[in-house]
Amino acid sequence: MSFLTNLINGLSLGSVYAIIALGYTMVYGIAKMLNFAHGDVIMIGGYVCFCSVMYLGLGTLPSILIAVVACTLLGILVERLAYKPLRQAPSLAVLITAIGVSYFLQNAALLIWGSAGKVFPSLLDGIPPLKLFDGDLSISGKVIVNILVCLITMTALTLFTGKTRVGKAMRAVSEDKGAAQLMGINVDGTISLTFAIGSGLAAIAGVLLCSTYPMLMPTTGSMPGIKAFTAAVFGGIGSIPGALLGGLLLGVLEIFCNAYISQELSNAIVFGVLIIVLLVRPTGLLGKPIREKV
Amino acid sequence: MDTILKVEDINVYYGSIHAIKGVSFEVNQGEIVTLIGANGAGKSTTLNTISGLLHSKTGNITFLGESLVKTPCHKVVSKGLALVPEGRRVFLQMTVQENLEMGAYINGKASADDLDHVFQRFPRLKERRKQVAGTLSGGEQQMLAMGRALMSHPKLLMLDEPSMGLAPILVEQIFDIIQELHKDGTTILLVEQNARAALHIAHRGYVLETGKIVTSGTGAELLDSPAIKKAYLGG
Repeated sequence: MSFLTNLINGLSLGSVYAIIALGYTMVYGIAKMLNFAHGDVIMIGGYVCFCSVMYLGLGTLPSILIAVVACTLLGILVERLAYKPLRQAPSLAVLITAIGVSYFLQNAALLIWGSAGKVFPSLLDGIPPLKLFDGDLSISGKVIVNILVCLITMTALTLFTGKTRVGKAMRAVSEDKGAAQLMGINVDGTISLTFAIGSGLAAIAGVLLCSTYPMLMPTTGSMPGIKAFTAAVFGGIGSIPGALLGGLLLGVLEIFCNAYISQELSNAIVFGVLIIVLLVRPTGLLGKPIREKV
Repeated sequence: MDTILKVEDINVYYGSIHAIKGVSFEVNQGEIVTLIGANGAGKSTTLNTISGLLHSKTGNITFLGESLVKTPCHKVVSKGLALVPEGRRVFLQMTVQENLEMGAYINGKASADDLDHVFQRFPRLKERRKQVAGTLSGGEQQMLAMGRALMSHPKLLMLDEPSMGLAPILVEQIFDIIQELHKDGTTILLVEQNARAALHIAHRGYVLETGKIVTSGTGAELLDSPAIKKAYLGG
């Protein structure tokens, strides 16, 4: 039974990683940049939700909604101010800027909320656990929520990029910006939209993450951010199913390492596996090598 | 004849390289006009500047009486000006149908009539509508690129090297299609390295050499000109 429990906990953690990885993978797919500030948007989402519960006294759903709106706006703002002026710049300049934005957000949070950790309110504890096998296996409400939210977002995004006009335009931009412009697609608008979606998802991930590990600090987003980035690369960066697969595998791997090998070594093992996967499949598990026809 | 496109004294730079040096020409309603010239003469640069992918430092580009100089690239197609870019640039990871839908992006949803119209002209595309464009042959991709441009109902269709890299039989087919499109009322601006074929179907032609227009005339005049014959038609 403990194996099943671990597996389910792994899938739950992996679901959160997958939602964060989506933000990395979509922005990379469209803007061809690694947004290393993405993890810190998660942290901001956590704080905004914390504030609206603790200081404004709002309920769970309105608080999450406010966090999503705040992060969406933050994502658009960061793109407009920091990345858009660098659209023609070498990718290294953009990467360094992203790291700069990451530190900026962490320090802004430090200034506003202080360095002491805040205990995140238990928003999802009201959901009853699911008991299986005559109560031998109990799946907590949080775990169920994490997995469900992840599945819903994946399905919604897959439908959005596959079926809707704007979603298809997004894929067109990710393939060839010039040709997309010739079709009348507003590339800048599409990039803004991508940041908006990615950052909105980051807010949701922030709430889920803080509900599972209820300690909120300005650096809360860093480690999950890097792990989710790893998950995105693991699954094949630029691919939405890749983000899901990478996230889930990473989550399960981490929980299994914690449970059966060693807590101290779990990060080393997780990143070690990433290195091995990339050595064998440089494009990640579901990434497609780019072929060009001349 | 009404002039629908007027290019006046454009100068385009790639960094410090002066690629287009004071080029002016015009296209009249109902014409097929061709720009010919060697590799690197600036033919594609000219078309890319008209469509807004590149910008001129000077001069003016007027389409249907409206200046395009300040128009962002993604707004140009809705004015009735479509470019089939060099190297086709279809969306390789999207299906044939999705590529055509992107062609109709400015109209919202692609209408069934428009799709049928393109499939009638290019029956091969209909057979492969669910296929990803990356799996098409070069000729099919060229047809897709043309069909995609037609989805926006352009008044002026600009084609950049549509015959590049295609087998002779396909080249002939592409030129037939261009003439059909013209018969159906589309004005055409054609850039070609295949100067002979281009001049045969064109009403007028301009010859570009290292960023400047050196000669112009009707298609027949240029075909007969000894200098053109020597430089572009192989004697």
